[in-house]
Amino acid sequence: MTQPALLTPTAVMEELKKNGVTHVVTLPDSETRWMWRAMEAEAGLDLVPVSQEGESMAIAAGLTMGGKRPVVLIQSTGLFEAGDSLRGITLELKLPLVMVIGYRGWSRHGVTTDSAARFLEPVLNAWGIRYHLVERDADAKRISLAFEEAYRTSRPVAVLIAVDPTASTEDSDTGLPRRKGAR
Amino acid sequence: MDQGDAMAVLQELRGDAVVITAMAAIEAWAQKSKLPSRDLPIADAMGKASSVALGLALARPEVKVIVLDGDGSLLSNLGTLATIAGKAPKNLYHFVLENGVYATTGGQPIPAQGLLSFARLALAAGYASAYEFDNLEEFTANAWRILEESGPGMVCLKTVPEIRSAEQGVAPQDAPWHRSPLEMVADLRKSLGTA
Repeated sequence: MTQPALLTPTAVMEELKKNGVTHVVTLPDSETRWMWRAMEAEAGLDLVPVSQEGESMAIAAGLTMGGKRPVVLIQSTGLFEAGDSLRGITLELKLPLVMVIGYRGWSRHGVTTDSAARFLEPVLNAWGIRYHLVERDADAKRISLAFEEAYRTSRPVAVLIAVDPTASTEDSDTGLPRRKGAR
Repeated sequence: MDQGDAMAVLQELRGDAVVITAMAAIEAWAQKSKLPSRDLPIADAMGKASSVALGLALARPEVKVIVLDGDGSLLSNLGTLATIAGKAPKNLYHFVLENGVYATTGGQPIPAQGLLSFARLALAAGYASAYEFDNLEEFTANAWRILEESGPGMVCLKTVPEIRSAEQGVAPQDAPWHRSPLEMVADLRKSLGTA
């Protein structure tokens, strides 16, 4: 039986619109795929699909320097992949950036076996990057908090989209079951 | 062709274009540029100069954006060709200094040195145009026309490697043209009116 999604595209999109987001620089992932159609349908939002996540930090930097307000939307595994761009461009050039990260393997119910989940928060802490957990619509206002912090400090701030596959099965725009561990 | 000579040609044609540089091109371009407020070297995050350039080109479609990439740098971010082609910015011009080596680390050969064609890769990815030049005269005669065409375009310049020694480092910090990364970002944003 399908349970209702705890975090809906509407709640996330409202936050992106409220914060004046112009571009979503993204490589689709299983944790945030349910947002794709809503983003495509939003007239004021320009999607920038990338081939690899490392590009996303650099493209966002160019957009920011050009006066736009991008977010990066990638999976935690993509954040690991993008590490040197995050360090060498976003952090070194002191640019604000909100990164919306699909928290692969996240669970409130016991120890995760997915190393992508076990490493995510320690890695963010090692880089000194603040982050906010968003599990349900009521948490979505934390996205605004992330924007306030990123632009006040000129640093990247992460929003971790934590959708527990055991709590919500409304995770697919195709109706296909989630493939655990899939990117 | 000498990369400094090629850059002198480009400087005369750039107008108010933003120029993003990578690796070996950073120092060579800084010595020729007459509009440093619109220059941004990406000395870190190897291969991502073209990605920064894409972001700028999308943000400011009325401004020409030129990226001076290296062949080794482009190899480390080859997916950028598909990403750029997908968004098809008409104001982006992707120059590749093809010297066949990693010039800043002693001149080691790049993979598939002399075998692969970046121009053909760019066209196959979906760039609007791609050119190769191995002599300065031909480049000089055609560069102005290429910069009038709609992008994204690739221009491969076959250049003589200028190998940096370990003592020279990647780029001198005390050169008269040296500015800190933060200064350069601030200057660029001021110039674009986005500060």
